[in-house]
Amino acid sequence: MSHAQYIPLLIFLVIAILFPLVTLAIARFFRPSKFSKSKLSPYECGIEEITEARENFNVRYYIVAVVFLIFDVETIFLYPWAVKYRVLGLFGFVEMGIFLLILIFGYVYAWKKGALEWE
Amino acid sequence: MDFTTTYVLLPTAKIIAVFIVVLLTVLFLTYAERKVIAFMQVRLGPMRVGPWGLLQPIADGIKLFLKEDIIPLKADRFVYWIAPTISIVPALLSFLVVPWGSETTLFGLAKQPVPAVISDLNIGLLYILAISSIGIYGILLGGWASNSKYPLLGGLRSAAQMVSYEVPLTLALVGPVMMANTLSTRGIVEAQKGMWFVVPQILAFLVYIACAVAETNRAPYDLPEAETELVAGFHTEYSGMKFAFFYLAEYANMIVVSSIATICFLGGWLPVPGLSFLHLPSFVWFALKVGVFLFGYLWIRATYPRYRYDQLMAIGWKFFIPVTLINIFITAFFLLK
Repeated sequence: MSHAQYIPLLIFLVIAILFPLVTLAIARFFRPSKFSKSKLSPYECGIEEITEARENFNVRYYIVAVVFLIFDVETIFLYPWAVKYRVLGLFGFVEMGIFLLILIFGYVYAWKKGALEWE
Repeated sequence: MDFTTTYVLLPTAKIIAVFIVVLLTVLFLTYAERKVIAFMQVRLGPMRVGPWGLLQPIADGIKLFLKEDIIPLKADRFVYWIAPTISIVPALLSFLVVPWGSETTLFGLAKQPVPAVISDLNIGLLYILAISSIGIYGILLGGWASNSKYPLLGGLRSAAQMVSYEVPLTLALVGPVMMANTLSTRGIVEAQKGMWFVVPQILAFLVYIACAVAETNRAPYDLPEAETELVAGFHTEYSGMKFAFFYLAEYANMIVVSSIATICFLGGWLPVPGLSFLHLPSFVWFALKVGVFLFGYLWIRATYPRYRYDQLMAIGWKFFIPVTLINIFITAFFLLK
């Protein structure tokens, strides 16, 4: 019954979600709530807002996200290999060497293309 | 023991115990932080509430509880409301597989000693890595939903920083897994009975510490909340209990990464070599080791200035990743028969 190990996870999930919800709900009865237009305007160090917040932002953030996506998937592939490494022996060493070489090739390419630069 | 006791009743008791301990630790970690940094700067820190200011975190909690809950008019109300919850839930759920000792009877609740972990999943370490990544959504969504400039910039920075440092952090933990041949957190600790993994995996350990500080957005990598430029980063618009949940999540995550460091490198609940004659209970050893890490966090914060953002991204991608890859090759080579 290995799946039964996940029953505590479900119990914990319910408790963890209930904790903030219940606290927020109880706090509703105690906290003040006074409406005021300037209080509810976006924080701008006391100056009136000139432009919208959601404008264009640096394309670097997208590039980091894309590079991360590739690398993170590849690092997760290492885990099953690491668990069985002693069983695989030399075969595992060579196989992962080839896999990591391909990864390093992509890494060097991303570096040379300037995907890791941040100016 | 029957099925319900093993998989429902005992875990529930453990969950409640862990929950209370984590919240109390977070509460007094905030106190310790103010006190330690104050002493390092030759100040006294909080002194007014209770003896030596010991009741200060409780006073802070009550204050936050009674504060008005401000939702900016331009904010995306639903996302704004759900973001702190997304932040705190994964931080708490990570404790599912953290073994705080070898065996426990839960103050006599269990008839025979049971493993001192809520659930010993066979994919324990992978589970922590997966579940703690979800916390990034909380910060990103919180920053976006506020619809204000500082939180948006803070949220973006935070997301980019956390995903960047997740890669070397994950790679650093491959070394201990290769040596332990298991992902179960209890298994990893038991594999260190001969020697702690910090000795053969010293490279991975150093990279892990640096990345863990960056993952939790703490000084000197606290760019997402850099108050000199971004006011308070992603939680600028948050107030009251919603702010408190972001705060709780940050400190709970500090405890989680310190626990992982203890489990993977410092022998978890095993006694310090040479000091086993003290016969301390296993959970004391675990708490001591985690405590050393948490103190290190505060020490680093009081010592180092903040990084610049381009330096932060450069050191993560261009230095830590090659070092961890080299470490994997070295480990693989020496484990080869």
